[in-house]
Amino acid sequence: MDGAAPLFRMEGISKRYGGVRALEKADLTVTAGGIHAILGENGAGKSTLIKVMAGVVAPDEGTMTLDGREVSFASPAAANQAGIVCIFQELSLIPELSVADNIVISGPPKRFGMIDRKAQRRIAEEALARAGASDIHPRALVKDLPLSRRQMVEIAKALARKPRILILDEATSALTASDVAKVFEVLKRLRSEGLALLYISHRMNEIAELADHCTVFRNGRNVASYPAGSKSDNEVVELMIGREYSHIFPPKPGSAPAATPVLEARNLSWADRLDNISLSVRPGEIVGLGGLDGQGQRELLLAFFGVLRGLRGEVLIDGKPVSIASPTAASHGSIGMALIPEDRKTEGLMLPMTVRENLSFAALDRLSKAGIIDRAAEQRLIDDMVGLLAIKTAGLDIPVGALSGGNQQKVVIAKWLMRQPRIILLNDPTRGIDVGTKQELYQLMRKLADEGAAILFYSTDYDELIGCCDRVLVLYDGAVKRELIGDGITEHALIASALNMQGDDTRFGLGGKA
Amino acid sequence: MRDWRYWLAEQRGTLLAFGIFIVMFAIYSANHPAGFTANVVQTAANKGVLLAFVAMAQTLVVLTAGIDLSVGMIFTLTNCMASWLVIGTGLETAFGVLAVLGTGLICGAVNGAIVIYGRLQPIVATIATGAVFFGLALLLRPVPGGSVNEDLADFLTGRFFGVVPASLVALLVVVLVVWVPFSRSEFGRAAYAAGSSETAAYMSGVPIRRGKFLAYTLAGLLAAIGGLFLTFFTYTGEAAYASGNAYTLFSIAAVVLGGVSLFGGKGSAIGAIFGALAFRTIGDLLFVFDFDPLWQPLFQGVILLIAVSLGAFALFRVRNRLEWFL
Repeated sequence: MDGAAPLFRMEGISKRYGGVRALEKADLTVTAGGIHAILGENGAGKSTLIKVMAGVVAPDEGTMTLDGREVSFASPAAANQAGIVCIFQELSLIPELSVADNIVISGPPKRFGMIDRKAQRRIAEEALARAGASDIHPRALVKDLPLSRRQMVEIAKALARKPRILILDEATSALTASDVAKVFEVLKRLRSEGLALLYISHRMNEIAELADHCTVFRNGRNVASYPAGSKSDNEVVELMIGREYSHIFPPKPGSAPAATPVLEARNLSWADRLDNISLSVRPGEIVGLGGLDGQGQRELLLAFFGVLRGLRGEVLIDGKPVSIASPTAASHGSIGMALIPEDRKTEGLMLPMTVRENLSFAALDRLSKAGIIDRAAEQRLIDDMVGLLAIKTAGLDIPVGALSGGNQQKVVIAKWLMRQPRIILLNDPTRGIDVGTKQELYQLMRKLADEGAAILFYSTDYDELIGCCDRVLVLYDGAVKRELIGDGITEHALIASALNMQGDDTRFGLGGKA
Repeated sequence: MRDWRYWLAEQRGTLLAFGIFIVMFAIYSANHPAGFTANVVQTAANKGVLLAFVAMAQTLVVLTAGIDLSVGMIFTLTNCMASWLVIGTGLETAFGVLAVLGTGLICGAVNGAIVIYGRLQPIVATIATGAVFFGLALLLRPVPGGSVNEDLADFLTGRFFGVVPASLVALLVVVLVVWVPFSRSEFGRAAYAAGSSETAAYMSGVPIRRGKFLAYTLAGLLAAIGGLFLTFFTYTGEAAYASGNAYTLFSIAAVVLGGVSLFGGKGSAIGAIFGALAFRTIGDLLFVFDFDPLWQPLFQGVILLIAVSLGAFALFRVRNRLEWFL
């Protein structure tokens, strides 16, 4: 901070949505040449704060000053003009357009009223180089790029707007470890060039590495502001959740149950994404899938759930080989499998439909007699689930899209628990949800396991794997590279095996193959 | 370095349509009793150009992930209008042409306004407006008739230097004046962006509404140019319901053959033009091979069905079932 005049200041900002207070007299001071981390649970007001800054929503009261002058933004374009650019959590790239088209999308260079393609190409190459992603060809179509590369394009796109304040909202959540390292280098360089960066992340280790200054938000207010590194992780989390932070992970039972595996794979291969995978999960066991993002974990779960075609190798249920042809087959009858998908908005929920409808979709066959839904039975089961998962909703008949991220995720999980599955596959279920809900989910997972469910759990968060799993299989390039058991599951072991004990550039060749 | 590969990937649909057309036209002219002569090319061009204009119109709308089921009716309406107005002295004729093109623009703008500002689905909105446009056409020409400035008509349907069909030159001019500036403008890109992912486009501050509105409006203009040329070829106006509908359907076939994705965001009007010429040549092939004309509609229907199914073939190669729904 060093007494430098603040570049940007927000004072007494409040914003209400209907009766809900999203921000209540919040203050924030941003200085040039610094990385400022914003922490807080979902619903703490972080997103609203950013939206106000980026001109997406107008505040009800309060003032914003830029360079000492009072400003207000009518639209994102106006904020961009003032030099405030936000990389939103949801990707804003257009799939059928090229990388270069996307980078200049909001204000393409023009000659004679038409887009100047040469200038566009130059800007795109410059921006990609600045983002440390010059391996991406400006003419490549965005839809042909893997998720992590798209995120890099998103960053390049923001840089092409020549921001003075760059806001990153969970911008690294889709990135691979080697990309994260590159983005960090870029961010540090931008800081030394005098940009102000606002960094929002749920990953404490990222904040520890990057931030100069941190501000914690809770219930729409900034509750603490301190120089980075002056508080322990535990203190920070306590500030965020406003309650005692202890035993976030439920205790593990200790010895592995000796029962026969309910789910087993033998030499499973698919396209060039899964390579000869063998594993088994016993009832009562939580088996983690680790490794860098995009090493085949998602495909493995989809393979079990009957989504992939052209699978080689064997899947065994209760020791008997089966062929699972569709999610319907996987979830019905003797298999009893459920998959909690990664992207709840497209694969988990029908956002405009009600909470009630979403909850019963997967279990309609069990709730109906002769094709007619038994309303009373449905209501009973839904009440059970809403109670079990403590879903916070204003009612069962409001659109599920109106719920907070954490509660939406609970609905996705509840929807599958209505079938009382024996095998539960979880695909990074805690991504982008708040600490409190995470904790509830960990406890739920252990409870389900104790009741005899077999759980296969993929997470991009090493802490979760360490805290929740009885065993962890680390995937690399579509194959199981290492199995970690019990106390052997340590951060060091996870990272070492995720990187396959080579340089962190190993991930690179894979992007081209995908 | 590898730029040409990306260029090739971008132009694949257009090149494929061009290839299909060349092969079919070669077969056609080889089997035509008169062979590959200026006359045969002129006749084929005149017929093909009509569908090409309507297909270009359809392309603009399909790029925005919409569909315009009224293009055939705008084509019919402007034909009827031209049979009243494009006549007389040079000045009167010029006024008539402008009035006809203006009508097309208005029809397109109405479609655009209903779809964009009224938030109706394009399929429903344009079926309704199409019915209205046909109704107007019928009022203008309850029975076929009228006439057109024959000097202008003969000039634009004849040949330049004895070999180059004038209608093809007109098509080229329209491409250069309408399509090229559109596709390279910010609004053209907005139309592509809206067709590919409307939310992402919105979040990026793309002028979606203006882009889509311009696409619909120019579609009306292009359909009107088609209607004008129909009048030049036939010298009359006719509120022909079946023919209007057929042009709408064929425009969709032409667009798909031309590599334009019905899901939006991908393709070019150049591809659609070759798609249109290829589709027309299919009809002509039936003629040179002496098929019973009675079979032609059935045959064209089958081609249309195959063409629209082409887009679905990619699904057979999908190994992850989730991609079916993308």
